[in-house]
Amino acid sequence: MGSLKIENVKKAFGPIEVLKGIDLEVTDGEFVVFVGPSGCGKSTLLRVIAGLEDSTSGRVLIDGTDVSVTPPAKRGIAMVFQTYALYPHLTVKNNMALGLKQAGTPAAEIERRIKIASAMLSLEPYLERRPAELSGGQRQRVAIGRAVVREPKLFLFDEPLSNLDAALRVNTRLEIAQLHRRLKATMIYVTHDQVEAMTLADKIVVLNSGRIEQIGSPMELYNSPANEFVAGFIGSPKMNFIDGARLGETAKTIGVRPEHVTVDATSGAWKGTVVHAEHLGADTNLYLDCEKAGLITVRIFGVYNAEPGATLYATPDAAKTYRFGADGKVLR
Amino acid sequence: MSTATRSLPRAIGAHAILLTYTAIALFPVVLVVMNSFKSRAGIFGAPLTPPTPKTFDLIGYTTVFGQGDFIHYFQNSLVVTVASLFFVLLFGAMAAFALSEYRFRGNTMMGLYLALGIMIPIRLGTVAILQLMVATGLVNSLTALILVYTAQGLPLAIFILSEFMKQVSSDLKNAGRIDGLSEYTIFFRLVLPLVRPSMATVAVFTMIPIWNDLWFPLILAPSEETKTVTLGAQLFLGQFVTNWNAILAALSLAILPVLILYVIFSRQLIRGITSGAVK
Ligand SMILES: Nc1ncnc2c1ncn2[C@@H]1O[C@H](COP(=O)(O)OP(=O)(O)OP(=O)(O)O)[C@@H](O)[C@H]1O
Ligand SMILES: [Mg+2]
Repeated sequence: MGSLKIENVKKAFGPIEVLKGIDLEVTDGEFVVFVGPSGCGKSTLLRVIAGLEDSTSGRVLIDGTDVSVTPPAKRGIAMVFQTYALYPHLTVKNNMALGLKQAGTPAAEIERRIKIASAMLSLEPYLERRPAELSGGQRQRVAIGRAVVREPKLFLFDEPLSNLDAALRVNTRLEIAQLHRRLKATMIYVTHDQVEAMTLADKIVVLNSGRIEQIGSPMELYNSPANEFVAGFIGSPKMNFIDGARLGETAKTIGVRPEHVTVDATSGAWKGTVVHAEHLGADTNLYLDCEKAGLITVRIFGVYNAEPGATLYATPDAAKTYRFGADGKVLR
Repeated sequence: MSTATRSLPRAIGAHAILLTYTAIALFPVVLVVMNSFKSRAGIFGAPLTPPTPKTFDLIGYTTVFGQGDFIHYFQNSLVVTVASLFFVLLFGAMAAFALSEYRFRGNTMMGLYLALGIMIPIRLGTVAILQLMVATGLVNSLTALILVYTAQGLPLAIFILSEFMKQVSSDLKNAGRIDGLSEYTIFFRLVLPLVRPSMATVAVFTMIPIWNDLWFPLILAPSEETKTVTLGAQLFLGQFVTNWNAILAALSLAILPVLILYVIFSRQLIRGITSGAVK
């Protein structure tokens, strides 16, 4: 119930190829997150899965059946949109009921499902209101409720939290995680946000200009990125990339995460000057201009007092340093 | 900024300009309505003064209602205007939806072709239209007028509405598709209510030239049965004697229905039902 298989899916808008051959397998009950820079084709891939867009070639299988010619409503999916997309003329209750009514579900069953979903998302007080009378967070919960009542095999989320403010985003993220645990449904989730991706996903799919760069669990991607792109995309602040030649290495590029560099006032591998320091309380980000390595970011846990202009020595953790070849792939 | 825009001299200046414009725009209308309640001598003696007990006379209105079949002309005008408006809005919105929503070969060319009518006046084709109507036996029928006015109104309607429909959230339409709504339901239930204000704008723009038109009724439907108000009013416009009382009364009466329609549509313009759909 709820597996998905994508075989060599391509999508072109006129001459522009947006998806360049996507292969992906999602097993039942998995939470898969698509991440990637803006315009890389995440939404397009999601719309192809939903059936809102036809793929130029390739197959989409849900539960082993090819759904390439099945209309969206018959695919057993539900989708939550970034802009909520609630029906403005219907009450919250009818917003949730519409899809079921269209499918010919008996009224008693509709009633039962709405009751469960609205309890789950604490929407009971608002059932008779219209979308215009709700706050942004409430609207997004209604949109999620509208997906839940359909009891789909597959949930599709397209950046559902990006219109919410920071605090609400954390809450709603938590609700989505709980929802996944409770419903044990398969979910596919598109986001820009690293934290969302790392916290929610069983499996992250990193996309870049229409191709999959790497698929793996959050920790796999963090610990063993396949290439420079993934290494730079996962992790915040971004990994430092240093020209291999400057360090006398054979690899084209050397990568080391800011949290895997230590600093010392007296001795170390790279001598540098502090350009700027960001004090975040729990940790401190230092920007060092090193003679050997160029401008690097160092992340220190806790408070660290460093004034711009001071001289510091940085030392990378040799065991956590990545070496990339000329093609950007990691060298083992 | 806010103090500058709210300063008193500016406010007075803006109001003065707007009031002057309103006065200029309303002057002829007021003059017509005022004089329609006066006797013939009153009209010519002092055209700019409102009716006094001495000059007050309803002769114009009694003539209009007594002579000819004015109620019938009104009906004709109303039927033609309302029916044309209905078809312009329906077909215009449908074409606009197709052009803005679906990607198909020749989409842009089709849009340009449909918008071409904005630049080319339909009256250039009068002779051909007349021949066509004669051939199809539609001369002297309201159908002929409705067909012509529908064609006349469509280009602008499609042009304006497709711009507005492009702005309707595609997420909303997609949500409808996932919920199993047909494309027709999406169009009628989701998209049309959201573009209602622009529909009202188009309605106003379409309605007034149709109501006021003299050309096509004169050419295509001049029979007693199918006369419209504007054509009917010509009855009082003789070569030697013109019945000014009756003309002014007919014109004053002719303002009423458009005014009512306008009020209906302008309320739609103001009503904001779009909030809450997205964002
Ligand atoms: N209907 C369309 N016609 C033409 N090009 C399109 C269409 N829809 C999307 N594209 C193009 O496809 C590419 C991928 O778009 P998509 O919306 O999938 O990006 P995305 O990864 O979701 O980006 P974001 O993170 O900004 O939402 C973009 O370059 C976009 O310009
Ligand atoms: Mg997107």
